[in-house]
Amino acid sequence: MLPLAVLEPGGDLAIALYIVSFSMFIFGVRRGTHPTTAKQGNLTAAAGMAIAVATTLLLDGIGNWGLIVGGIVVGTAVGVVASIRVQMTQMPQMVALYNGVGGGAVALIAWSEIRHGISLGEEIPLDEMIPVLFSAVVGSVSFWGSNIAFAKLQDLIPTRPLALPGQQVVNALLLIGIVVACVLLAANNDDPSEGLFILVLVAAAALGNLVVLPIGGADMPVVISLLNAFTGLAAAAAGFALDNVALIVAGTLVGSSGTILTLEMATAMNRSVANILFAGFGGAPTAGAGTGEERPHTSIGPQDAAIKLAYADSVVIVPGYGLAVAQAQHAIKELADELDKRGVTVNYAIHPVAGRMPGHMNVLLAEADVPYEQLREMDEINGELPRTDVAVVVGANDVTNPAAKNDPDSPIAGMPIIEVDEAREVIVIKRSLSPGFAGIDNDLFYEPNTSMLFADAKAAAAEIASEVKEL
Amino acid sequence: MDLITEITIFVLAAFVGFEVISKVPTTLHTPLMSQTNAIHGIVMLGGLIVVGFADDSLEKVIGVIAIAFGTINIVGGFMVTDRMLGMFARKPKPAETAKPSESSADASGSAGTREG
Repeated sequence: MLPLAVLEPGGDLAIALYIVSFSMFIFGVRRGTHPTTAKQGNLTAAAGMAIAVATTLLLDGIGNWGLIVGGIVVGTAVGVVASIRVQMTQMPQMVALYNGVGGGAVALIAWSEIRHGISLGEEIPLDEMIPVLFSAVVGSVSFWGSNIAFAKLQDLIPTRPLALPGQQVVNALLLIGIVVACVLLAANNDDPSEGLFILVLVAAAALGNLVVLPIGGADMPVVISLLNAFTGLAAAAAGFALDNVALIVAGTLVGSSGTILTLEMATAMNRSVANILFAGFGGAPTAGAGTGEERPHTSIGPQDAAIKLAYADSVVIVPGYGLAVAQAQHAIKELADELDKRGVTVNYAIHPVAGRMPGHMNVLLAEADVPYEQLREMDEINGELPRTDVAVVVGANDVTNPAAKNDPDSPIAGMPIIEVDEAREVIVIKRSLSPGFAGIDNDLFYEPNTSMLFADAKAAAAEIASEVKEL
Repeated sequence: MDLITEITIFVLAAFVGFEVISKVPTTLHTPLMSQTNAIHGIVMLGGLIVVGFADDSLEKVIGVIAIAFGTINIVGGFMVTDRMLGMFARKPKPAETAKPSESSADASGSAGTREG
């Protein structure tokens, strides 16, 4: 048993403080169910974290204060600067990065646990050895996988799937190797080899890279959410090794939440998590799709669009990531305000995976001060679309493709979509007819009631707004 | 704590997690993900314990990196969540950002709240 894992005198008090701290995490997440209380909930969870850190620092026998303070100062500085400078559109890669450093921390802690155990020259009990190995492997996978996810979302490396021949075999062999090495380490728990342990860390790092590289950019949010769950579980495992109740509860909480979010996202894309991880989908050019023949479509200008919108009773705006990229949230909000002045009912239809992570689009629109009540979820708005005069699709593509419900052979067949084709008229604001992330042609563009407005989303929205104003 | 107690805590925490998080609406999933992400930064406690009791120099180095990583995770995670959630709270817009995107027409006067 590591001496550091034993709570010093006053241990009951320390545990009590940890209990207070994890209760605040649970309460904080619980408050996150409504936008008006979520901010306060987040502060509660942060305060809980401060209590947990303070409690640990007060444990009897803690030394090396210079190093501890140095680590905290550096980490705080980086965290503060990054969180202030990040733009809302970059939120997914920011979460990926934070998740990566969390995973890295777990893996490093596991390593020093092993080192410490070896240096004591005593047998490391299995109920400590196994969690340490688990957190080392999962933490390392999470660190490298998250970094790749970050690099893909930040366009540092190509977002298309990068796969080697026989990659699944390599991954399987790596995984088997890791498991065998871990079993060997656990079997020799009286004197485990540090070299073999480092080899495990390296193999897990390779696995993290190889698993995430072949996944397309569009699927990265699912990967991040899954890795978030992994890091949480790794933290919980570290809690087992360190006999720390705060780590166990907090890590498990994150494991649960990441699991739920991952499954929800997979459902929203109508695919299994296994399919997302191993199919190399999301960016692969689909054979034969959209190549060759030009299909007839109707194109209109901003004036015509303004007339259609101004004389409508109800308008539904379907925003996609393209809107965020064009920074068109504010322009769209202005257009909606102009329409509102004329008595047109405006709502926003939010697909569960609109943007780059679930709920991302809501954040982007909230940034532009769009009232929370106008943000409508897919299932709710789909019932109203047949009674909607004009649906405006801005920067969204695959999530409006009727092929998902009409064409059983389509790669996105069965994916829940926003059924804009049910609306009386559709205006699609888009730069070109090019396909979206799924790499397939959107049948919506060629429907008789669809008009294409080829333009940059922000410029087009501003122009339509000023046309509406003059009507 | 013995192993079986820890496993009990683990299982109960998993159920609590599922219950609490299932109630969060899709709208708030991005802040939720970022908040829970910050919470797993709690592994930083492990780094504190490692460094706090370390004699070996490599152990200290590893531990300090772990502390820095964990702190980035915690501080950055909570702060960025706070920024996002601040946007959901409807208030008269404090003129905090001077983004280039605001240059197009004035957006003032739209700050009045509308209850649905």
